[in-house]
Amino acid sequence: MTEQLLEREAGAATLLLGDEAVALGALHAGLTAAYGYPGTPSTEILETLLAVGAEGGTVRAAWCSNEKTAYEAALGVSMVGRRALVTMKHVGLNVAADPFMNSALVSIHGGLVVAVADDPGMHSSQNEQDTRVLAAFARTICFEPSDQQEAYAMTREAFEVSERFHVPVVLRLVTRLAHARGLVRLDGVAAERPLSKTLEPTSWILLPANARRRNKHLLGIQPEMRAFAERSPFNRLALEPTSRSLGVITTGVAKSYLLECWNELPVEPSHLHIGTYPIPADAIRRLAAHVDTLLVLEEGYPVVEGQLRGLLPTGATILGKESGELPTDGELTPDVVRSALGLPARRGLEGCDFTPPRRLPQLCTGCPHRDAYAALEIALEGFDRSVVTSDIGCYTLGALPPFGAIESCICMGASIGMARGAAESGYRPAVAVLGDSTFLHSGLPALADVVSSGAAVTVMILDNATVAMTGTQPTILPSERLEEIVIGIGVEPAHCRVLEAHPKRIDAMAKVLRDEIDHDGPSVVIVRRECLESARHRKAPGATS
Amino acid sequence: MKCDVVLVGVGGHGVLSLANFLGRTAIEEGLVVKQTEVHGMAQRGAAVWAHLRLADHPIHSGLIPIGTADLLLSMEPVETFRYLDYLGPEGIVVASVDPVLNIEDYPPIATVREALARIPRAHLVEVEALARRAGSPKTANVVLAGAAAPYLPISPEALERHLRVAFEAKGTKVVEANLRALALGREAGRCAVS
Repeated sequence: MTEQLLEREAGAATLLLGDEAVALGALHAGLTAAYGYPGTPSTEILETLLAVGAEGGTVRAAWCSNEKTAYEAALGVSMVGRRALVTMKHVGLNVAADPFMNSALVSIHGGLVVAVADDPGMHSSQNEQDTRVLAAFARTICFEPSDQQEAYAMTREAFEVSERFHVPVVLRLVTRLAHARGLVRLDGVAAERPLSKTLEPTSWILLPANARRRNKHLLGIQPEMRAFAERSPFNRLALEPTSRSLGVITTGVAKSYLLECWNELPVEPSHLHIGTYPIPADAIRRLAAHVDTLLVLEEGYPVVEGQLRGLLPTGATILGKESGELPTDGELTPDVVRSALGLPARRGLEGCDFTPPRRLPQLCTGCPHRDAYAALEIALEGFDRSVVTSDIGCYTLGALPPFGAIESCICMGASIGMARGAAESGYRPAVAVLGDSTFLHSGLPALADVVSSGAAVTVMILDNATVAMTGTQPTILPSERLEEIVIGIGVEPAHCRVLEAHPKRIDAMAKVLRDEIDHDGPSVVIVRRECLESARHRKAPGATS
Repeated sequence: MKCDVVLVGVGGHGVLSLANFLGRTAIEEGLVVKQTEVHGMAQRGAAVWAHLRLADHPIHSGLIPIGTADLLLSMEPVETFRYLDYLGPEGIVVASVDPVLNIEDYPPIATVREALARIPRAHLVEVEALARRAGSPKTANVVLAGAAAPYLPISPEALERHLRVAFEAKGTKVVEANLRALALGREAGRCAVS
């Protein structure tokens, strides 16, 4: 696919996923390096850049252990004057929040863009957090594309802006942009930035004295950032001269749903679209002065709406999520927006009188996790009580019937610490179940805690030698090294066991698990067999698009 | 002109590949295209769908509004019913009759067939049998595309041309199996008009 992408001449329109548009926008902005951790719906950004690299492109693209290490690698690129992209899903920015927040205080040198894909509706996520809140938290600039063309243009612009204001710039995507395809016209390719270390070395050393100075600087440029957003061509105000009744504010993809309904509106409303943050307050004030009622359509949290409402009463009537015109959770659709605009609901085909049964996602037939869970069930037989904490990955589907094997899923790596806490509270056996990639992402420090405390925890690492859920990306280290890592951290070699998962060996697997569960101290059982999907991909390279 | 298509099935059916194939072919026909997909956890043996919007004018939303779709292409009989509310008053269904039995409470197939018969303007296609006849079970989604071809604003020649391009790298046998699948699907679509 990337061959096709690269062959397109500047100016040609091509059908791109939002994620692909971001990748190409970065590439054409003279990108030097891109780092990330896989996470739906952000994964295809880095996959596109990896493919470009594999086909002989000069861009350096790499998956990292987690979002924090990815962000830090990108910071290093910026420090020496070159352009870097970091990609992650919304909850990944929580992992990278430490470098992200602090990097707003350094003097970003080469452009640094962090592309974060939110998942309103939680198609493949644990929460609906809105990255615009974190961009404002860091007091930096955020772009929110409304379609794939803007995703491309904004990514290019974000690098310029990052270098102009010397801040990391956030690109906020949502599922319906990241995983939707639209036609994109590509522009020319900018040259890579020259290598040149930051000219402000003390601005990269956030010792308190420097950090206080840099914090004042960041606060000092806030008015310039606001003025920039007011003038941004991605923020567009159109006051309707013939009507003063309604003003609609849209952000991101919400604009497409408004336009979908536009021709049916009895009176043309005034319209402010926001694609560049900080929120353009002057534009909002001009709109508010022109109309009686404001309707805010935004994907995610009521970020703009909340600012409009404030705490004290205003003269304007404000409609949105907080007033009940739109649902406060889930994602927007053309139909939800239609209803908020007061248009009658459309009805589809009815009367066929058949309700389909639910079809939930499930572990593949022949998935090695099935054998691991079957063995765990046997190993836990006979205990009055037990707790099995788990994590984020395909194996989280072990929570569903027929397994019902796991009892928690919070965030990457949480299972190990939680099992320790439960064990130290006296609830035993405490078993933590997580995948090989999750373990390398953020299970390692938690296992060090367990070793340090001596807690009676059994950690099951389900090693399928891939990052399966997001599309079988390679793990950061080969899985043969897991045993050495675990022992290196300090788990006694006798209590670091490696099992080959197999449906015919479930009883033997259960016996080993039971032995380790009975051990009064830290133990790790690595249950190993390659993911079916991963094996299929490996045997048929290029088999899927 | 606009043609809004809802494509549905179960993870592994090639629903997204089919949407992609039709979208790219439509571009060659000079149409405007928008497409929305479901990736990630939802693909693991679960219900999978895509929205494909084709028009000769700008398209705004990537999602098709309820009650406006022109075509529902379904790779699985029960999945068909999950999305009927997207269909517009004149909407057409082209559905495979082959069930994916990966859930315990799958209704009796006779009940499903009766319900399918109640859908107006539904064309039911023996997708798996035709794919096998074409030479490869993997061509099932192309059989469905063939059956839907009369209702798509894409010429049969463009579909064939793009199939050749899409499978060129996999060799002549694969290309030919897919071309046969397209032709068998088109024939079945014609016969099945209710």
